Amino acid sequence: MSDVAFLLNGTPVRVEGVSPARTLLDWLREERGLTGTKEGCNEGDCGACTVVVSDEAGSRALNACILFLPQLQGKSIRTVEGFADEAGRLSPVQQAMAECHGSQCGFCTPGIVASLTAAVISGARDHDRTLAGNLCRCTGYAPIIRAAKAAETAPLPVWVTSDRSRALPPVMNRSRAAWFAPQSSDELAALYLANPQTRLIAGATDVGLWVTKGLKDLGPVAFIAGVKDLQRIEETAEHFRIGAMVTLSDLLAALSPHFASLGAMLARYASVQVRNAATIGGNIGNGSPIGDSPPALIALDAKLHLRRGDSRRSLPLEAYFLDYGRQDRQPGEFIEWIEIPKQADTLRVAKLSKRFDQDISAVLGAFNLVTEAGVIASARIAFGGMAGTPKRAGATEAALIGRALSDETLRAAQAALETDFTPLSDMRASAAYRMEGAKGMLARVFAEARGLKTDLHEVQA
Amino acid sequence: MSVGLSVQHDSGVLHVSGQARYIDDIPLPANVLHLAFGLSSEAHAEILSMDLSAVRAAPGVVAVLTAEDLPHGADCSPSAHDEPLLAEGRVHYMGQPVFLVLAESHLAARKAARLGKITYEALPAILTVEQALAAESRFGPPVIWERGETEAALEAAPRRLSGVIEMGGQEHFYLESQAAAVLPGEGGDLHVYSSTQHPTEIQHKVAEAIGRPMHAVRVECRRMGGGFGGKESQGNAPAIACAIGALLTGRPCKMRYDRDDDMVITGKRHDFRIRYDVGYDGQGRIQAVSFQHYTRAGWAQDLTHPVADRAMLHSDNAYFIPAMRIESHRLRTNTQSATAYRGFGGPQGMLGIERVLDHLAHALGRDPLEVRRLNFYPDRPTDGLPPAEVATTHYGQEVRDMVLGRLTDRLVQSAEYHARRKAIAEWNAANPVLKRGIALTPVKFGISFTLTHLNQAGALVHVYADGSVHLNHGGTEMGQGLFRKVSQVAASEFGLPLELIKITATDTAKVPNTSATAASSGTDLNGMAVQVACVTIRDRMAAHLASVAGVAPEQVRFEGGRVTAGSAEMTFGEAAAACYAARVSLSSTGYYKTPDLSWDRAKGRGRPFFYFAYGAAVSEVVIDTLTGENRILRTDILHDAGASLNPELDIGQIEGGFVQGAGWLTTEELVWDDQGRLRTHAPSTYKIPACADRPRTFNVTLWDEPNPEATIYRSKAVGEPPFMHGNSVLMALSDAIASCGDVSRYVALDAPATPERVLMAVRAQQGHQHG
Repeated sequence: MSDVAFLLNGTPVRVEGVSPARTLLDWLREERGLTGTKEGCNEGDCGACTVVVSDEAGSRALNACILFLPQLQGKSIRTVEGFADEAGRLSPVQQAMAECHGSQCGFCTPGIVASLTAAVISGARDHDRTLAGNLCRCTGYAPIIRAAKAAETAPLPVWVTSDRSRALPPVMNRSRAAWFAPQSSDELAALYLANPQTRLIAGATDVGLWVTKGLKDLGPVAFIAGVKDLQRIEETAEHFRIGAMVTLSDLLAALSPHFASLGAMLARYASVQVRNAATIGGNIGNGSPIGDSPPALIALDAKLHLRRGDSRRSLPLEAYFLDYGRQDRQPGEFIEWIEIPKQADTLRVAKLSKRFDQDISAVLGAFNLVTEAGVIASARIAFGGMAGTPKRAGATEAALIGRALSDETLRAAQAALETDFTPLSDMRASAAYRMEGAKGMLARVFAEARGLKTDLHEVQA
Repeated sequence: MSVGLSVQHDSGVLHVSGQARYIDDIPLPANVLHLAFGLSSEAHAEILSMDLSAVRAAPGVVAVLTAEDLPHGADCSPSAHDEPLLAEGRVHYMGQPVFLVLAESHLAARKAARLGKITYEALPAILTVEQALAAESRFGPPVIWERGETEAALEAAPRRLSGVIEMGGQEHFYLESQAAAVLPGEGGDLHVYSSTQHPTEIQHKVAEAIGRPMHAVRVECRRMGGGFGGKESQGNAPAIACAIGALLTGRPCKMRYDRDDDMVITGKRHDFRIRYDVGYDGQGRIQAVSFQHYTRAGWAQDLTHPVADRAMLHSDNAYFIPAMRIESHRLRTNTQSATAYRGFGGPQGMLGIERVLDHLAHALGRDPLEVRRLNFYPDRPTDGLPPAEVATTHYGQEVRDMVLGRLTDRLVQSAEYHARRKAIAEWNAANPVLKRGIALTPVKFGISFTLTHLNQAGALVHVYADGSVHLNHGGTEMGQGLFRKVSQVAASEFGLPLELIKITATDTAKVPNTSATAASSGTDLNGMAVQVACVTIRDRMAAHLASVAGVAPEQVRFEGGRVTAGSAEMTFGEAAAACYAARVSLSSTGYYKTPDLSWDRAKGRGRPFFYFAYGAAVSEVVIDTLTGENRILRTDILHDAGASLNPELDIGQIEGGFVQGAGWLTTEELVWDDQGRLRTHAPSTYKIPACADRPRTFNVTLWDEPNPEATIYRSKAVGEPPFMHGNSVLMALSDAIASCGDVSRYVALDAPATPERVLMAVRAQQGHQHG
């Protein structure tokens, strides 16, 4: 138990005796009586609990159901109850939602209002992207989009500046803290070495579900998203160096100009709310067999930099994933950086899922083919969802390198995929579809190279 | 006159500001207990022993109940008394509630509920249609309705084909999960707050479960966070659990299902397999169809019979079919009990005949639209004269209000169907990877409960002495805008602005013996009942004011918030005060029952429906033949809402219904493993449409023609019918796949058409099976 302080709808709040696994949503509803923020799924998939969180770095939409109170130390929180102005007048987003018939049952509405409010603040105009993480079962979304358009030029809410500037200093009474909250990688390295059983929590978009769905006790925890020196993205002459605490949102912004297809995939990675919390370090560290970004980063020949105490080592990202649920990481060791070599943008990433947006991939394929004079000079191909780990397709690469981009090469490479992988069947896809889809992804790379139309999103009625 | 205006939802401002209260938002006394169920981990098994000591010892647990602790059995079924609240000796599906935890917090209850140690002796689980048929595991014998001599007509037909379509079930995914709260009152009375489409059913089942008359139980529902049929009967269990908890402990009790629990415990749309055998002529005119419906009803009967009946009733959709036989098999399986879901079997039955039309058009090499139109029931005359001849449905109801011929003409034009079909063919010839498809499907949906006595409603209207109006009716608000439409009726009858009309929570203490807000009937029934009550009060006021002014009562006018009687003119408030002072009663009930219904379910004959609602949709899709991924490029819908009470709210129902219907047929896939475990029990694995899944271009227009039947202001019901416009998406996907290879092969796409199913269908069309 320990204390946390933040601004809630403009008012400073100090919460005493907090359990590190107490979610913002439960606290808002049960302790504060702020029941406008709803629980729809309690796992970050429906967005009914969306709130706007601000600090000196900006304002963002987050899912309150998988956000632990200690993650909010020093920040400002706006719930649906805090969007009207001081005279109680509805904000432009709220007004537009009401006038455009954007609510029917109204249960998803507070979350949608929060997401659209965050979009007004950030200037985002791609409303489908803004709302990919807000499920509505009643309206079919059309009136919500009309409301979003009507409100997109609304002035910034007056509270934005004060919420950011009045954010509280991030230091509390650390001596009796029931969790760690390191602010630097040195601090993290020391505490993790001394307490290797500590659960590291960055965005909590995965660990959150252990609590809300698994009902697990987390044991000792460290909230590490505040490790400033790992939030950086550095560019050297030869590399991009991505700190482990860079959020998927920041990664998307930073890498899209360099790797367009990776950017397009990251824009489908979960939802805005999840990308605003989730970190690339967490995405790699949790060792998911799919992971979405690991296969793409493997195809880019990324290296992982690990640290344990004062000792550091690096390894190719693909070598980190040993087996299902097992990674090459020692007790007390953590991911510091991901290093991506600069290169021409030849990467193609394909994400196959039942629903286009905000869905866990059945298959994630990343293809980095370099052709010279019509011949494939090099190939790095990796898949998620095809094995127990994100994995390179060695036989497929071999079947491609040195060959022309021909139908014959494609057929040979597709056959090689069956050597590389024996996928499983589950509720997302059958083994046969995973294999067929993987082959299709490869075929799409070839079709695209031939100048055929292959992008569903470019087709107009 | 507010009727006909697009006034926003009555709770719109409350929704957007977070003030709208749902069950879990209601402030309750501090000593409230929170409830959670311990669930079965077997699909079918005897319970050998239950060790609940760890549950009882868990922090915050106040009590743990099993079936033996329930004073009156606590049945939750809306139909057959076959749903004990807690399993009695045997479990019938994985996820069935076995014990009930009462604890000091929601989290404590959930944690404790996982600590039960139950030993089972597994029994064979019946999970599939095949297993159920082999075991003769059924709810009653097959139901068979027939018009004409179907077999003879099939044999006599110039052409004949047969096939089968499978369609999955559907999770309601109301955003607010099932929830109830109960406050114990004096003398053992209970006040129940329930997220329910059917307060009277909650009242009835709770009263039964506590062994008291219905008057001991008062049920309130201000609003639901979505219902879609999923709160017609599925809310019984949490309400009964809370009632028993409140009675046994004397403390308020609240229960809301965690999302995953909700998906595992509650029933869903019935999945269907439909076999068809059709005889037709060289033009494509259907002469006879024989259908076999197989549906997995799950472990309990619930509403399966009326759902499966409605599937049979919609096996004709918009088409006149001289001879038809339908055999309906309602199979008992060890899965969640399938239940009401928007359309209530109609979508499944309708998809069966749409598949038939698509299939035979393919066999004839004709545009499916032409074949569909060829088989339409004849339109009603536009000149107001009686029709020369009236076609009847396979169950003997005359189709007197058909508009689909004219409606389809207009839609074909506005959607540029023919030009686009041509453009799509050209695109498909030029593009090997991305293929497009287009389809138009019609909807004719029968409006009324098929259980005739449910077609009644009541209302209670009060005019206060200041001229403000407070009313209640038997319908429930689940987002559809019922309260708004009903308030428009009341405002119009009194000539008042909407601000003076207040509708409060649906309450069994205000309006008794209500029907579920279901079957799209909410406005038709409750709007009428409210109108009757308003007219009663208005007539009393008019009689008094007329006698004072010395004019005839019919000369008293209620308009624009004012009342005029001869030379006297006053505000409505002044009129109300004058009537009060003259001892005129300003309160009235209202009652309505739908006229002219007759239905013999056993024979499958009669007039089950007051009228039909119509509409048609054109959808265009694009598929990626390398992965099966797809998008809806454009949808145009022209829908018949009669003389709409509120056009924007009706359009909202159409847009939302379409997207939900398209979801049912595309991304929404329920997957059970071979142990009977539902693997898609969370939004991470069960995918309802997200924002970008709506059609890129989405044009919805109302066919604004008054209902020939005397419904409330000649409007039409609009809750369920638009759901079935989603059929156009499945047919458009099928059309796109058809262009991928062997044109002589019929695609026969099953639903949901996930990317996987689309890709496998493409591969089959291309003539080689997947690796």
